[in-house]
Amino acid sequence: MTQIAAASNSLYKWVDERLGLTEIIAFASHKTVPAHKHSFWYYWGGISLFLFLLQCFTGVLLLVYYRPGIDAYESVRQINFVMHFGWLIRSAHSWSANLFIFAIMVHMFSVFLMKAYRKPREFGWFSGLALLAIATVFGFSGYLLPMDELSYFATKVGLQIPTALPWIGTVIANMLRGGTEVTEFTVERFFALHVVVLPAIFLPLLSFHLWLVQRHGNALPPEEELKPAAERKSIPFFPNFFRKDLGMWLISLNVLALLASVFPWALGKPFDPLAPAPAGIHPEWYFMAPFEMLKVLGNWMPGAAGEIAGLLLFSTGIVLWVLIPFYDTTKENGRRARNAHYFGIAAITLLLITTILGYWTI
Amino acid sequence: MNEPVKSNNIEEVTDLTTRRAFIAAAGAAGIVYTAAVGYPVYRYLASPAEMAASAAAVTEVSLKDAQKIPTGSALMFKFGPSPAMLIHHEDGTWVAFTAVCTHLGCTVQYEPAANRIHCACHGGVYDPNTGANVSGPPPKPLKRFTVLVNAADVKISRA
Repeated sequence: MTQIAAASNSLYKWVDERLGLTEIIAFASHKTVPAHKHSFWYYWGGISLFLFLLQCFTGVLLLVYYRPGIDAYESVRQINFVMHFGWLIRSAHSWSANLFIFAIMVHMFSVFLMKAYRKPREFGWFSGLALLAIATVFGFSGYLLPMDELSYFATKVGLQIPTALPWIGTVIANMLRGGTEVTEFTVERFFALHVVVLPAIFLPLLSFHLWLVQRHGNALPPEEELKPAAERKSIPFFPNFFRKDLGMWLISLNVLALLASVFPWALGKPFDPLAPAPAGIHPEWYFMAPFEMLKVLGNWMPGAAGEIAGLLLFSTGIVLWVLIPFYDTTKENGRRARNAHYFGIAAITLLLITTILGYWTI
Repeated sequence: MNEPVKSNNIEEVTDLTTRRAFIAAAGAAGIVYTAAVGYPVYRYLASPAEMAASAAAVTEVSLKDAQKIPTGSALMFKFGPSPAMLIHHEDGTWVAFTAVCTHLGCTVQYEPAANRIHCACHGGVYDPNTGANVSGPPPKPLKRFTVLVNAADVKISRA
């Protein structure tokens, strides 16, 4: 026993001299996380990260049998019906993609309402929004890859939207589509986007985001910040918060396992460019709000005017959302802080109402 | 606070047992989760190997119109998942072997001019009549099939 202890001791020393383990452990044990009644929202960044890791894991497994191009549907059919547990892996990939975007949204709105974007965390806010934007492009490009009926029409409609832009719209749409119609060329470039280009942008940005979280620590919500420092509570990151983080990951894994196995992701009929669009076709839930807004505006303003108005409304909203740290800057909770809060509530309400309306009127 | 007074010693002991119980439970849960994730992933990745294994279980292959191949030539075909060759010798006899070199698995080639079966990878040579390993690195002969020539096809089956 003492020999084993001595051996592991000297091994630790050998590694420590080279990698500085003791420094890392000392650093981790000094790191603390604020504890208060809103602490629950601190876990959602970690949950998003975990779901992203699951995306990578299940994505690589799908990559083993997926074939882009003319054979795309057949290869997904094989994954779903021929390979053992292929249906489960594909289902887990699709479900965790949706949970991933949901978790990022919860994370974003809680950061917004807790005003965690204020100085010095502006770059955390910007990089987080960029990560969400890339995640939706991941979703949009991944949706086409099975090349079934639904993915075909979703992509067709989605790529039609930029054509409303004057002059450059058609060029952008044709470039993304690889032609004037959604074909195997579209699948091939969406595949390259989905598995190479997007991860290559996402991963460094994610590292930057995590480094910032590490650098600035968790933000305190305004009501905690008002308390004198002596009254604020905190818990050690390691092992206390880390253990709870792991608990959250485990819950996420269980939820995913349930959803993926009880509600396996369907595979529709193979796409047919001559078939009419199926009744009740609609985008994924995270695109439902803009889809519904375009629909409503299109009813008010016929033709391209409706689409342009919709795009303008949406881009203005997003720009304001991105720039909020420059508007709501001070810790004194004055008029600007209140306005930012109302803006957040209004945005959430609008998104919820249009999403519900969208599903209502399918 | 009405905490019962405990000696340090007892506290340490309960602390140690709960910690041990926790580690044991966490370890067991970890094993269960690893197995629950690992098993489907393993089966998923092993699917092609299983398919090949079931394809290898075939006992007979029918080659339509193969009876027409001229003497002094060979026909490559798949017996289950692996390549095989049917040779029609100059003297009119028929013979079939697996075409997988017994050395390192390259596909071998019938060379009528040299009257041999040759593996280009490492120079292994087999007898084209019996499949026996004649020279070079191959450790074993090529496996031989039973050949039945019919009017419309050639039936190859495990010997």
